[in-house]
Amino acid sequence: MSTVAPPADWRRLDPRTVLVTALVVAGVVAGAAIPVTLGLTRWSSLPVAVLQVFAGALLIIGVAAGADRIRWHRTRYRIGEEHVDLHTGLLLVKRRSLARSRIRTVDLTANLMLRLLGLVTVRIGTGEQGADSTLELDPVTRAEGERLRRLLLDRAATAPAGVHREGELAVLDPRWIRYAPVSFVAPMLGGAAAGAVMQVSEWVGAQGEVIEWVGDRFRDTPLLWTVIALVLAALVAGVVGALGLWIEMWWNYRLEREAGGTLRVRRGLFTSRSISVEEARLRGVDLVEPLGVRLLGAARLDAITTGLAKDHEARNADHNTLLPVAPRTRADSVAADVLREADPPTAAALTPHPRAARGRRLRWSLAAALGPVLILTLLGELLTPVLLWIALGCAVVAVPVAVVLALDAYRGLGHAISGRYLVTRSGTVRRSTAALERAGVIGWTVKQSVFQRRAGLLSVTATTAAGGGAYTAYDTDASEGLDFAAEAVPELLEPFLERSPKKA
Amino acid sequence: MPPGEGETVRLRPPRNTLNQRAIGWWRVQWLLMTAVPVVPLAVLGALIEPARFWLLLPAAVLAAAGTATAVLFPLWWFRTHRWEVTEDAVYVLTGFFWREWRIAPMSRIQTVDTVRGPLEQLFRLATVTVTTASAKGAVRIEGLDHEVAADLAERLTRITRDTPGDAT
Repeated sequence: MSTVAPPADWRRLDPRTVLVTALVVAGVVAGAAIPVTLGLTRWSSLPVAVLQVFAGALLIIGVAAGADRIRWHRTRYRIGEEHVDLHTGLLLVKRRSLARSRIRTVDLTANLMLRLLGLVTVRIGTGEQGADSTLELDPVTRAEGERLRRLLLDRAATAPAGVHREGELAVLDPRWIRYAPVSFVAPMLGGAAAGAVMQVSEWVGAQGEVIEWVGDRFRDTPLLWTVIALVLAALVAGVVGALGLWIEMWWNYRLEREAGGTLRVRRGLFTSRSISVEEARLRGVDLVEPLGVRLLGAARLDAITTGLAKDHEARNADHNTLLPVAPRTRADSVAADVLREADPPTAAALTPHPRAARGRRLRWSLAAALGPVLILTLLGELLTPVLLWIALGCAVVAVPVAVVLALDAYRGLGHAISGRYLVTRSGTVRRSTAALERAGVIGWTVKQSVFQRRAGLLSVTATTAAGGGAYTAYDTDASEGLDFAAEAVPELLEPFLERSPKKA
Repeated sequence: MPPGEGETVRLRPPRNTLNQRAIGWWRVQWLLMTAVPVVPLAVLGALIEPARFWLLLPAAVLAAAGTATAVLFPLWWFRTHRWEVTEDAVYVLTGFFWREWRIAPMSRIQTVDTVRGPLEQLFRLATVTVTTASAKGAVRIEGLDHEVAADLAERLTRITRDTPGDAT
């Protein structure tokens, strides 16, 4: 790569990337320095160890900053008439080019450090699978990021004008934080906190002391109470963590519709994120109700869209969430606004599925609950009677839970056609009500097992280019389900159907 | 059933069966799969005198079961696997215990692939895979006569090329 200055229309990243890299690496090194220093003191005195670690840290930071300086030097991008080009690479120069007409998303992310410096990371995506579908500019100034976003997403307005509101569709209501502790994040964070305490104490060689200290606290308490107290402590830690995470993720949240037919989600306390979805790519919405959240009458709203970034980096970041967990009626009204419908399809009255579907769910969940019980009973017969008691306990707890979940799963099943959308609902632990644009259906898959055939059921799946790729109405009535599919997408299924008068 | 609709609806089977040679192709596939555990067991059984009975017994059982399946099941599969291509859609039915009807509209087809594995070449068969923009919407027609498959692929490719839009 030559070192001559790039032509005028080529731009470079922001040179402060070197500073950012140095600071990030310094942070990581500082975190690692303490255990390393403690480790080194076994062989040398403390000042020597500190000096060694300090020299090593400087070397690492220097190398990282130097490498980033080279990367900066060799990276340039150009927004042309037809294409967006990016040349980058440390050792090899990679030249990548995206056709501007294929660009679907321009997302801006800035962690705390980038924000302090007024920088953002820009991710330009075509939404196709594969690593080559995304260009990343890390980092540019915030103004440049905004300019790119507007420039690349500004198309001729395609959306029908007038009837639906532009501008702000939803902003954060701080009261929604009450739903944060009931998510599945809380117990996970609690477990992680307990694990972290053990891990850190092991690093400093004090794990035994920590366990002993905890043991001392509970010297006079029965074991059961000790376990309950520790679990409660972990749960409290988890709840605090979930609240903190919610604030970091959703602070400053707002959902807007911009001129030119783009939906934009902005959020984040420390790390700010801006996610834009071209409305022409929106194929529907998915109203998601995890069990705990559902019991409180709330729901989250996800976009079903073609061309959201699908690389692994983005997948775990709630990339397609349009609305955080909020009261159900609010979620429905945002769904209607987003889809430009008068009535939210997600609140449409659904056709329930036949009772045979309930029997299937009851059998599955009872089998899942009684399987372990059966194994425990067998082992108990062979080995020790204690296992029999455990089996009994499991059965007493698991069977009612299984029955309740199965009945709930059955109640959740439903499908309907609502205006331009078809709606399917299923799930109990994570109930999902998907409203998929009928014009976005690009095929049907109908499945029927031997058991379903005998019960007069079948599962109808609409395949689509957007979101999860397929949305299924499970265990519908064999005849009515096909009717539903035929009506949802006229003329596609009809030639393959046989209609016969119903037997009396 | 919604009230007021006095008719039942069901999917009719697609019009075309696969090529007859698919039966032989399935049989050979199944026999090869059976041979994978049977041959090592039999060889070991022949070599290791003390354990001979316990090695040859499962080998014999597996061989008998595999051969019986290879003889009988393909006849059945041949009756249950069907396909059809109309002006507007590709329509395929597979499976018996888990029946699966797949329909992909012509206007949404993105790619058409023809694959011929070594065994398929032996039987002059081919597999046509039709993909749409959905990650879960691919339609496979296995066990077509290779000339039929080539014609079909060419026809599908022509139709999809003439369809405007990016099929999402």
